[in-house]
Amino acid sequence: MVPLEHVLVLASLLFLVGAACVVARRNLLMIIIGVEVMLNAAGLALVGGSLYWRNLDGQALVVFILAVAAAEVSVGLALVVLAHRRRRSLNPDDFKMLGGSR
Amino acid sequence: MTFASLIFYLLGLVVLIATLLAVTARNLMHAVVHLVISFVGTAMLFYLLGASLLAALEVIVYAGAIMVLFVFIVMTLAMPVSGGEGWRYPLQWLPAGVLCLVLLVAFTALLAAGPSVAQPMSLASASPLDLGVYVFQRYWLAVEVVSFLLFAALAGALYLGRKSRTERQGEGR
Repeated sequence: MVPLEHVLVLASLLFLVGAACVVARRNLLMIIIGVEVMLNAAGLALVGGSLYWRNLDGQALVVFILAVAAAEVSVGLALVVLAHRRRRSLNPDDFKMLGGSR
Repeated sequence: MTFASLIFYLLGLVVLIATLLAVTARNLMHAVVHLVISFVGTAMLFYLLGASLLAALEVIVYAGAIMVLFVFIVMTLAMPVSGGEGWRYPLQWLPAGVLCLVLLVAFTALLAAGPSVAQPMSLASASPLDLGVYVFQRYWLAVEVVSFLLFAALAGALYLGRKSRTERQGEGR
Protein backbone atom coordinates (compact mmCIF):
# COMPACT_ATOMS: atom_id res chain seq x y z
CA MET A 1 0.00 0.00 0.00
CA VAL A 2 0.93 3.65 -0.26
CA PRO A 3 2.84 5.49 2.46
CA LEU A 4 0.90 7.82 4.75
CA GLU A 5 2.75 10.74 3.19
CA HIS A 6 0.87 10.35 -0.09
CA VAL A 7 -2.50 10.20 1.66
CA LEU A 8 -1.65 13.42 3.49
CA VAL A 9 -0.51 15.09 0.25
CA LEU A 10 -3.78 14.16 -1.45
CA ALA A 11 -5.78 15.43 1.54
CA SER A 12 -3.90 18.74 1.60
CA LEU A 13 -4.39 19.24 -2.14
CA LEU A 14 -8.13 18.65 -1.72
CA PHE A 15 -8.14 21.10 1.20
CA LEU A 16 -6.38 23.69 -0.96
CA VAL A 17 -8.99 23.33 -3.69
CA GLY A 18 -11.79 23.77 -1.15
CA ALA A 19 -10.18 26.83 0.41
CA ALA A 20 -9.64 28.41 -3.02
CA CYS A 21 -13.32 27.75 -3.81
CA VAL A 22 -14.44 29.54 -0.64
CA VAL A 23 -12.27 32.58 -1.37
CA ALA A 24 -12.66 32.85 -5.13
CA ARG A 25 -16.30 32.06 -5.88
CA ARG A 26 -18.90 34.78 -5.49
CA ASN A 27 -21.88 32.54 -4.92
CA LEU A 28 -23.24 31.49 -1.54
CA LEU A 29 -23.89 27.92 -2.68
CA MET A 30 -20.37 27.52 -4.07
CA ILE A 31 -18.96 28.78 -0.77
CA ILE A 32 -20.85 26.07 1.13
CA ILE A 33 -19.59 23.51 -1.41
CA GLY A 34 -16.03 24.67 -0.72
CA VAL A 35 -16.54 24.13 3.00
CA GLU A 36 -17.82 20.61 2.28
CA VAL A 37 -14.71 19.83 0.22
CA MET A 38 -12.48 21.01 3.06
CA LEU A 39 -14.33 18.87 5.63
CA ASN A 40 -14.01 15.90 3.30
CA ALA A 41 -10.25 16.43 2.94
CA ALA A 42 -9.88 16.56 6.73
CA GLY A 43 -11.75 13.25 6.95
CA LEU A 44 -9.43 11.66 4.41
CA ALA A 45 -6.36 12.70 6.40
CA LEU A 46 -7.91 11.33 9.59
CA VAL A 47 -8.73 7.96 8.00
CA GLY A 48 -5.17 7.71 6.65
CA GLY A 49 -3.73 8.42 10.08
CA SER A 50 -6.12 5.91 11.58
CA LEU A 51 -4.70 3.20 9.30
CA TYR A 52 -1.10 4.22 9.90
CA TRP A 53 -1.28 4.15 13.69
CA ARG A 54 -3.76 1.23 13.85
CA ASN A 55 -6.02 3.35 16.01
CA LEU A 56 -9.77 3.77 15.67
CA ASP A 57 -9.79 7.31 17.09
CA GLY A 58 -9.36 8.85 13.64
CA GLN A 59 -12.30 6.96 12.19
CA ALA A 60 -14.44 7.86 15.22
CA LEU A 61 -13.63 11.52 14.63
CA VAL A 62 -14.73 11.23 10.99
CA VAL A 63 -18.14 9.98 12.14
CA PHE A 64 -18.56 13.25 14.06
CA ILE A 65 -17.29 15.27 11.10
CA LEU A 66 -20.06 13.69 9.01
CA ALA A 67 -22.69 14.64 11.58
CA VAL A 68 -21.40 18.21 11.89
CA ALA A 69 -21.26 18.56 8.10
CA ALA A 70 -24.88 17.44 7.79
CA ALA A 71 -26.00 19.93 10.45
CA GLU A 72 -23.94 22.72 8.92
CA VAL A 73 -25.32 22.14 5.44
CA SER A 74 -28.95 22.02 6.54
CA VAL A 75 -28.72 25.31 8.45
CA GLY A 76 -26.51 26.90 5.79
CA LEU A 77 -28.87 26.06 2.97
CA ALA A 78 -31.83 27.33 5.00
CA LEU A 79 -29.94 30.62 5.41
CA VAL A 80 -29.23 30.69 1.66
CA VAL A 81 -32.94 30.25 0.90
CA LEU A 82 -33.78 33.04 3.36
CA ALA A 83 -31.15 35.35 1.83
CA HIS A 84 -32.38 34.62 -1.68
CA ARG A 85 -35.95 35.37 -0.62
CA ARG A 86 -34.90 38.76 0.77
CA ARG A 87 -32.64 40.00 -2.00
CA ARG A 88 -33.24 37.75 -5.02
CA SER A 89 -29.49 37.26 -5.21
CA LEU A 90 -26.84 34.78 -4.12
CA ASN A 91 -23.91 37.13 -4.47
CA PRO A 92 -22.35 37.74 -1.03
CA ASP A 93 -21.49 41.30 -2.09
CA ASP A 94 -25.21 42.09 -2.07
CA PHE A 95 -25.44 41.40 1.64
CA LYS A 96 -23.34 44.14 3.15
CA MET A 97 -26.12 46.21 4.76
CA LEU A 98 -26.59 45.45 8.44
CA GLY A 99 -30.21 45.40 9.53
CA GLY A 100 -31.64 44.46 6.14
CA SER A 101 -32.56 47.88 4.75
CA ARG A 102 -35.20 47.78 2.06
CA MET B 1 3.81 -0.89 -7.14
CA THR B 2 1.13 -3.14 -5.74
CA PHE B 3 -2.41 -3.38 -7.02
CA ALA B 4 -3.85 -1.55 -4.00
CA SER B 5 -1.51 1.42 -4.40
CA LEU B 6 -2.31 1.60 -8.13
CA ILE B 7 -6.01 1.84 -7.23
CA PHE B 8 -5.19 4.48 -4.63
CA TYR B 9 -3.39 6.73 -7.11
CA LEU B 10 -6.10 6.29 -9.76
CA LEU B 11 -8.85 7.13 -7.26
CA GLY B 12 -6.87 10.06 -5.93
CA LEU B 13 -6.51 11.45 -9.43
CA VAL B 14 -10.23 11.01 -10.12
CA VAL B 15 -11.19 12.71 -6.84
CA LEU B 16 -8.81 15.60 -7.41
CA ILE B 17 -9.94 16.22 -11.00
CA ALA B 18 -13.63 15.94 -10.10
CA THR B 19 -13.18 18.40 -7.24
CA LEU B 20 -11.32 20.84 -9.47
CA LEU B 21 -14.09 20.63 -12.07
CA ALA B 22 -16.71 21.16 -9.36
CA VAL B 23 -14.94 24.23 -8.00
CA THR B 24 -14.51 25.85 -11.40
CA ALA B 25 -17.90 24.90 -12.86
CA ARG B 26 -20.05 27.84 -13.98
CA ASN B 27 -23.25 25.84 -13.88
CA LEU B 28 -24.26 25.03 -10.30
CA MET B 29 -25.88 21.74 -11.27
CA HIS B 30 -22.65 20.63 -13.00
CA ALA B 31 -20.72 21.53 -9.85
CA VAL B 32 -23.02 19.36 -7.74
CA VAL B 33 -22.73 16.37 -10.09
CA HIS B 34 -18.92 16.65 -10.17
CA LEU B 35 -18.97 16.81 -6.39
CA VAL B 36 -21.00 13.58 -6.22
CA ILE B 37 -18.27 11.87 -8.26
CA SER B 38 -15.66 13.31 -5.91
CA PHE B 39 -17.48 12.05 -2.81
CA VAL B 40 -18.07 8.57 -4.22
CA GLY B 41 -14.34 8.41 -5.05
CA THR B 42 -13.52 9.50 -1.51
CA ALA B 43 -15.79 6.75 -0.20
CA MET B 44 -13.81 4.21 -2.22
CA LEU B 45 -10.58 5.67 -0.80
CA PHE B 46 -12.02 5.25 2.70
CA TYR B 47 -12.78 1.61 1.93
CA LEU B 48 -9.25 1.13 0.58
CA LEU B 49 -7.83 2.63 3.77
CA GLY B 50 -9.80 0.19 5.88
CA ALA B 51 -12.80 2.25 6.97
CA SER B 52 -15.72 0.26 5.57
CA LEU B 53 -18.42 1.81 7.76
CA LEU B 54 -17.21 5.31 6.91
CA ALA B 55 -17.25 4.46 3.21
CA ALA B 56 -20.93 3.51 3.48
CA LEU B 57 -21.68 6.60 5.57
CA GLU B 58 -19.87 8.83 3.08
CA VAL B 59 -22.06 7.57 0.24
CA ILE B 60 -25.25 7.82 2.31
CA VAL B 61 -24.65 11.17 4.01
CA TYR B 62 -22.39 13.12 1.65
CA ALA B 63 -23.12 11.80 -1.81
CA GLY B 64 -26.71 10.99 -0.91
CA ALA B 65 -28.33 13.34 1.57
CA ILE B 66 -26.22 16.48 1.33
CA MET B 67 -25.95 16.50 -2.45
CA VAL B 68 -29.68 15.84 -2.88
CA LEU B 69 -30.27 18.84 -0.61
CA PHE B 70 -28.03 20.93 -2.87
CA VAL B 71 -29.87 19.74 -5.99
CA PHE B 72 -33.22 20.66 -4.42
CA ILE B 73 -32.01 24.12 -3.46
CA VAL B 74 -30.54 24.77 -6.91
CA MET B 75 -33.83 23.74 -8.50
CA THR B 76 -36.16 25.60 -6.13
CA LEU B 77 -34.25 28.87 -6.25
CA ALA B 78 -34.74 28.91 -10.02
CA MET B 79 -31.60 30.87 -10.74
CA PRO B 80 -30.00 31.55 -14.10
CA VAL B 81 -27.70 28.74 -15.19
CA SER B 82 -24.58 30.54 -14.03
CA GLY B 83 -26.07 30.99 -10.58
CA GLY B 84 -26.18 34.74 -11.10
CA GLU B 85 -22.43 34.90 -10.73
CA GLY B 86 -21.63 35.64 -14.34
CA TRP B 87 -17.90 35.11 -13.88
CA ARG B 88 -17.48 38.82 -13.21
CA TYR B 89 -14.75 38.43 -10.66
CA PRO B 90 -11.55 37.08 -12.21
CA LEU B 91 -9.62 39.17 -9.69
CA GLN B 92 -11.06 37.00 -6.93
CA TRP B 93 -8.71 34.22 -7.97
CA LEU B 94 -5.71 36.36 -6.96
CA PRO B 95 -6.32 36.21 -3.18
CA ALA B 96 -7.31 32.56 -3.62
CA GLY B 97 -3.93 31.88 -5.27
CA VAL B 98 -2.10 33.67 -2.46
CA LEU B 99 -4.03 31.64 0.11
CA CYS B 100 -3.19 28.42 -1.76
CA LEU B 101 0.50 29.34 -1.80
CA VAL B 102 0.56 30.05 1.93
CA LEU B 103 -1.30 26.82 2.72
CA LEU B 104 1.02 24.87 0.41
CA VAL B 105 4.09 26.18 2.22
CA ALA B 106 2.47 25.41 5.59
CA PHE B 107 1.55 21.84 4.60
CA THR B 108 5.00 21.19 3.14
CA ALA B 109 6.64 22.47 6.31
CA LEU B 110 4.32 20.30 8.43
CA LEU B 111 5.07 17.19 6.40
CA ALA B 112 8.80 17.87 6.51
CA ALA B 113 8.85 18.61 10.24
CA GLY B 114 6.74 15.66 11.34
CA PRO B 115 7.92 12.11 11.94
CA SER B 116 8.97 10.20 8.85
CA VAL B 117 5.89 8.56 7.34
CA ALA B 118 7.41 7.45 4.05
CA GLN B 119 7.34 3.69 4.54
CA PRO B 120 4.35 1.96 2.92
CA MET B 121 1.44 1.04 5.15
CA SER B 122 0.10 -2.48 5.25
CA LEU B 123 -3.56 -3.03 4.49
CA ALA B 124 -5.98 -3.41 7.36
CA SER B 125 -9.68 -3.10 7.87
CA ALA B 126 -11.83 -2.12 10.82
CA SER B 127 -15.18 -3.88 10.84
CA PRO B 128 -18.27 -1.69 11.29
CA LEU B 129 -18.98 -3.54 14.54
CA ASP B 130 -15.57 -2.64 15.95
CA LEU B 131 -15.97 1.03 15.06
CA GLY B 132 -19.51 1.18 16.44
CA VAL B 133 -18.54 -0.41 19.74
CA TYR B 134 -15.49 1.86 19.96
CA VAL B 135 -17.50 5.03 19.32
CA PHE B 136 -20.22 4.17 21.81
CA GLN B 137 -17.74 3.08 24.50
CA ARG B 138 -15.20 5.88 24.23
CA TYR B 139 -17.22 8.76 22.81
CA TRP B 140 -20.73 8.26 24.17
CA LEU B 141 -20.82 11.84 25.48
CA ALA B 142 -19.85 13.20 22.05
CA VAL B 143 -22.62 11.10 20.47
CA GLU B 144 -25.13 12.71 22.82
CA VAL B 145 -23.78 16.18 22.04
CA VAL B 146 -24.00 15.49 18.30
CA SER B 147 -27.61 14.37 18.70
CA PHE B 148 -28.35 17.71 20.38
CA LEU B 149 -26.54 19.49 17.55
CA LEU B 150 -28.60 17.70 14.90
CA PHE B 151 -31.79 18.53 16.79
CA ALA B 152 -30.79 22.18 17.02
CA ALA B 153 -29.97 22.18 13.30
CA LEU B 154 -33.38 20.68 12.52
CA ALA B 155 -35.17 23.32 14.60
CA GLY B 156 -33.03 26.10 13.14
CA ALA B 157 -33.56 25.02 9.55
CA LEU B 158 -37.32 24.76 10.10
CA TYR B 159 -37.41 28.22 11.71
CA LEU B 160 -35.34 29.84 8.97
CA GLY B 161 -37.16 28.13 6.13
CA ARG B 162 -40.72 28.96 7.15
CA LYS B 163 -42.59 31.78 5.47
CA SER B 164 -42.88 35.04 7.37
CA ARG B 165 -46.30 36.34 8.43
CA THR B 166 -46.40 39.11 5.85
CA GLU B 167 -45.68 36.67 3.01
CA ARG B 168 -48.44 34.36 4.18
CA GLN B 169 -50.94 37.24 4.33
CA GLY B 170 -49.83 38.33 0.90
CA GLU B 171 -50.68 34.90 -0.46
CA GLY B 172 -54.11 34.93 1.17
CA ARG B 173 -55.18 38.09 -0.58
